[in-house]
Amino acid sequence: MSKPKLMLGNEAIAQGLMESGCVMATSYPGTPASEILATFAALQKNGSEKRHIQWAVNEKIAFEIAYTGSMAGLRTAVSMKQVGLNVASDPLMSAAYLGAKGGFVVISADDPGPHSSQTEQDSRLMAMMAKIPVLDPDSPRQAKEMIATAFELSEIFEIPVMLRPTTRVCHARQDVLSGNTLPHKREVDFQKDPARWAATPKFRFHLHQELEKKLHTISAYKKTAPIRLNAEATASKALIVSGVAAAHVKEILKDFNLWDVLPAYQVLQPFPLHQDFVSHMFKTYSEILVIEETIGVIEMQLADRHRIKGKLNGSVPVVGELLPEIIQQIIGEFAGISTEPIDVPSEPGVRPTLCPGCPHRAAFFAIKKAAPKGIYPSDIGCYTLGLNLGAVDTVLCMGAAVSQAAGFYHAYKHEKKQPDIVATIGDSTFFHAGIPALIDAVVQDVRFVLVILDNRTTAMTGNQPTPAMGMGACGEPLSSVEIEGVVEGCGVKFCRVGDPYQLNEFTALLKEAVKHSRENGPAVVISRHPCLIDRFREEIPGWKPIKVEVTDTCDGCAFCINHFECPALILNKKEEHVRIDPILCNGCGVCISVCPKKSIKEVKNPGSKDQDFENA
Amino acid sequence: MNDSVNQQIVISGVGGQGVLFITRLLAEAAIIKGISVFTSETHGMAQRGGTVLSHLKVGNFSSPLIRPGNANGLLALKPDSLARHGYFLKPGAWVTINSRETLAAESEFSTYTIDADKLAQRIHNPKSVNLVLLGFALAMISDMTGNNLFCNLEDIKMVLHQRLAKKKQMLNDALKALETGFKEFRN
Repeated sequence: MSKPKLMLGNEAIAQGLMESGCVMATSYPGTPASEILATFAALQKNGSEKRHIQWAVNEKIAFEIAYTGSMAGLRTAVSMKQVGLNVASDPLMSAAYLGAKGGFVVISADDPGPHSSQTEQDSRLMAMMAKIPVLDPDSPRQAKEMIATAFELSEIFEIPVMLRPTTRVCHARQDVLSGNTLPHKREVDFQKDPARWAATPKFRFHLHQELEKKLHTISAYKKTAPIRLNAEATASKALIVSGVAAAHVKEILKDFNLWDVLPAYQVLQPFPLHQDFVSHMFKTYSEILVIEETIGVIEMQLADRHRIKGKLNGSVPVVGELLPEIIQQIIGEFAGISTEPIDVPSEPGVRPTLCPGCPHRAAFFAIKKAAPKGIYPSDIGCYTLGLNLGAVDTVLCMGAAVSQAAGFYHAYKHEKKQPDIVATIGDSTFFHAGIPALIDAVVQDVRFVLVILDNRTTAMTGNQPTPAMGMGACGEPLSSVEIEGVVEGCGVKFCRVGDPYQLNEFTALLKEAVKHSRENGPAVVISRHPCLIDRFREEIPGWKPIKVEVTDTCDGCAFCINHFECPALILNKKEEHVRIDPILCNGCGVCISVCPKKSIKEVKNPGSKDQDFENA
Repeated sequence: MNDSVNQQIVISGVGGQGVLFITRLLAEAAIIKGISVFTSETHGMAQRGGTVLSHLKVGNFSSPLIRPGNANGLLALKPDSLARHGYFLKPGAWVTINSRETLAAESEFSTYTIDADKLAQRIHNPKSVNLVLLGFALAMISDMTGNNLFCNLEDIKMVLHQRLAKKKQMLNDALKALETGFKEFRN
């Protein structure tokens, strides 16, 4: 037996995929799911078996590739965050009808809170809509076990199976035991069957009937049936819990001496809910409280509304994460005991900001100079933080910056005066969902500037490669696609590349682009400078960090603080003077051009950093 | 498994300070000692300089999160952490804060401050503030009666040796930072 290892939930999931003999895994990065594929790729490096592991251009593509591997008989998996599942929902709905051959697991990580997402949507409800079973783990350990269960279930019933971890599973660490990796038992063997794999509507009707039969049998499948947590408890009221809420509830029941009082059942498979379990609950208990995240998916499948308490009757909040302190109060009320109310101070946290020296900051500053009264649609990525700089007006979903720019243009085009529109989108996001929207904008002659913030990586989620990098998930060399070629291929006539660190030249380029767009339709500026925290970054030849200092002419006007917002610029209000924090400063030198009083200068003979700090 | 120890610790700071790294060191130390462990971390956008909070639960737990009023201690990499995250602590808990100024002691907790920024500067390793604070806390807790931490300085050193086995320079720098904090308390 091996020793337990400290594993992130996502690492435990990857370990589970490896042990279950998964040979194809695909993903598009997104918090809280990103580390699943990254870990699977790292595990692959140490192994000798041949697998296909890839970051796809978006989740729809990732889904379709992995699903087709299953059609061909292999064990495959696709992972993504919950909003990624929206992008992949088209193949998901259809794949449920066609079913799987080799085990096919869809991992969709939810983010109640939300901590790092646009929505708190519940992927289990997507599973219910698609009519596929979904498993809801409470911990890294259970997530790993459920991967094995999911593959079995998928192969027995020839159906895609979803694993739905949440942030508190994905980004918890726990001591987890590694098991043995199953040898690949499955051979690739695509069996042609057009009535199934290319089903027309008539056959789809039959497939739908078959799917319903599968679900009926799965709702009696022993291995995924709910677990009675505390056999000794005998009250006439009971709890139904699942996912991380179950983990919280176990501790709370023990701490409040309710473990031997309130019967609690943990649901492992929220959909389809086991029918025997439903009958048992209604036969045994007068009142039932359901605690689950984020939507009442289990609750909806319990028909007797008079005996059920939960989200639908307001006993459990429908919005926000079910933190253990919230659950503690809900259980206290249900059990009729007093739990001390908890006073959580509403101290605001420190808001996130772009890193010191981030090339996006320079690009946003230039955009505001080039189109000071413009409308600025933006997109999903680090650069959403351009909000702090007043250079981001809208953020909707992946790729929407381009179509929202079009929406604004069409909304204003019959007015006497049209605003300048400057949209921003990251390189990875452009590839993900920006390209069809750009083609649409060219066809519709949308007058706007698209700034593609090309930092040569997918930065926000941990620096995964983009299609322009020519590098695979395991670090292997791949072909690459350059953004310029794509933009020109979309039919854009004005496409130029600039380095935002050269602030003055870059601002001039943007002004030219704005002027072009007013008369001639879309203009694209590719703002190219590598991300500072990307460990794979290729340095720009000849570029060196610039050491800067603030001279005595600084009068503390705070222009740089308010309009450039670099964490390395610190205003001493008493002394009415700005100073540079040498630890934080990454030496981009852009602030030299930002200061309206010319009070920030390059230090020609840099001294020791430490001395500066002691004096500061 | 040794289930006799049950300790819950909150570790807070801002993105880039290494909150997750010291959380991990402590969690690995628990595993070496054969104790079960849970941590919960902040990832994603908040890591871009925003508030970062870790929960560490060592012992027999099922939930990754600490409930308010239940934590045994707080490791704070920023001075304002106590105001923001103090509600997690139980009465009598220990608090170690990185701060330039000595903060007024709250009678409810045993509070100790250390200027870890300055000490990290002094050893020419400004990014080792997290380890300086951890070293200080290890010394402080072992000095307090009735507050035995599940691990000690030697355990953390062993984890560092394991993690940084192939990176000699980083290992030496890390050990130096840890010991700098540890000695600062003893002084």
